[in-house]
Amino acid sequence: MFQKFLLFVVLCSSVAFRTWGDPQEHGEKDAHQHGTEHVEHADHAEAEEAHADHGEAAKEFNAGEMIMHHISDAHEIHFFTLNAGSEHPDHYSVGLPVILWTEDGLKVFSSKKFYHGEEIHLKEGHGYKYGDYVMANEVIYYAGEHHAIEYDEEGAITNAAPIDLSITKTIVGLLLTCILILWIFISVARAYVRRGNQAPKGMQSLMEPLILFVRDEVAIPSIGAKKAEKFLPFLLTVFFFIWIANLLGLMSFIGGYNVMGSLGVTVVLAFIVFVITTINGNKHYWKHIVWPDGIPFAIKLILVPIEIVQVFLKPLVLMIRLTANITAGHIIILAFTALIFIFGADSAVAGYGVGAGSLLFMLFMFMIELLVAFLQAYVFTLLSALYFGAAVEEAHH
Amino acid sequence: MEILTILLEAAAAAAWAGVGAGIAAVGAGIGIGRIGGSALESIARQPESLGDIRANVILAAALIEGVALFAVIVCLLVVFA
Repeated sequence: MFQKFLLFVVLCSSVAFRTWGDPQEHGEKDAHQHGTEHVEHADHAEAEEAHADHGEAAKEFNAGEMIMHHISDAHEIHFFTLNAGSEHPDHYSVGLPVILWTEDGLKVFSSKKFYHGEEIHLKEGHGYKYGDYVMANEVIYYAGEHHAIEYDEEGAITNAAPIDLSITKTIVGLLLTCILILWIFISVARAYVRRGNQAPKGMQSLMEPLILFVRDEVAIPSIGAKKAEKFLPFLLTVFFFIWIANLLGLMSFIGGYNVMGSLGVTVVLAFIVFVITTINGNKHYWKHIVWPDGIPFAIKLILVPIEIVQVFLKPLVLMIRLTANITAGHIIILAFTALIFIFGADSAVAGYGVGAGSLLFMLFMFMIELLVAFLQAYVFTLLSALYFGAAVEEAHH
Repeated sequence: MEILTILLEAAAAAAWAGVGAGIAAVGAGIGIGRIGGSALESIARQPESLGDIRANVILAAALIEGVALFAVIVCLLVVFA
């Protein structure tokens, strides 16, 4: 049973699409052709001018762009850059496969073709071009006839886009988390089979208090001793999945994976919670929502719509709470880092001074983020357990 | 024109997003402050209930923070999308 649930969550998470939340415009090329030709020419001329300036002056440090770049998904895993300030910086990164379902079928190529290829100028952010495709701020579009990004009057992108199935940084983070979890728990399970009733040893002794914690402090108080065992595999899986993914995201030197900060991942977890609650809801649960007992009629009319909305809202809030907490933590740490560069741009001494204070604050924030990593996993698991408990609760009269 | 129309047209959306995030922070601060205060009072009254109170404090604080961060996400969407 445990393995089946584990596999289910693993499969569901690995289908989490990075493009959730990205406002992709699938514009009609014909309709906009006349309008955009105009805009596009003017843009192009301006762009070339600005690009010339850009190349000469040193690029000014844009804190907002750096922060957004680090917390959002990317098609490569960028480890570090040597000689960053000079003419030819060395980027050490892993180019992840770009998998596109286009009109001509499946196209697979390395994202290095984009990043080491031709750079195109965008209104804001980075753009690259390769073959028939352009990538603007990590979103891939068809290049179209002008081989560039086309904007409409409001500045939204009107290029059509292929279906993007690429392996992106977040998906690599997901897979790393899955591998870690499978490795840890399969070895712990085998150790229990091998050692029987002996005292736990090694990884067993690390995992046993955690697993017992989830069972005795989260599952049984919320669901009741009789029915908790049915939901325990899912609760354990989701607890460790969220916790380990958060911890992975805190290790910024291995590539910076913001797994739980991506709405595409948390929506899958919340959806699974919703499905399990709905499937296991008994008659008492549904009656409590649509026609609760012991409440005056007038208040029932107000309460029932709220309760019905709550059925969908509770998993939604679970999803947003998790994403927002993890992303906010990353943003704060990145903001302290950016502070050093902002002050350092004016004078080196100010940079060092602010650097010392900023470092201390960053350490403090990292400690808090370690706590938040565990806390968000605990809260997600606890609330899921409470929802399951409410769904299977017997009427008590 | 009415003052509210002028205000709404004049300022950039990003500025109002900042105000919104600030108000969300105030709300979270008030809520969690009240929880912390009553938790400390209860522990002072009955020290042996520390464990139960701790679990409930964490749960309530996480729920309130969820709502505050809901508002922060909306403000972020205003600025970046």
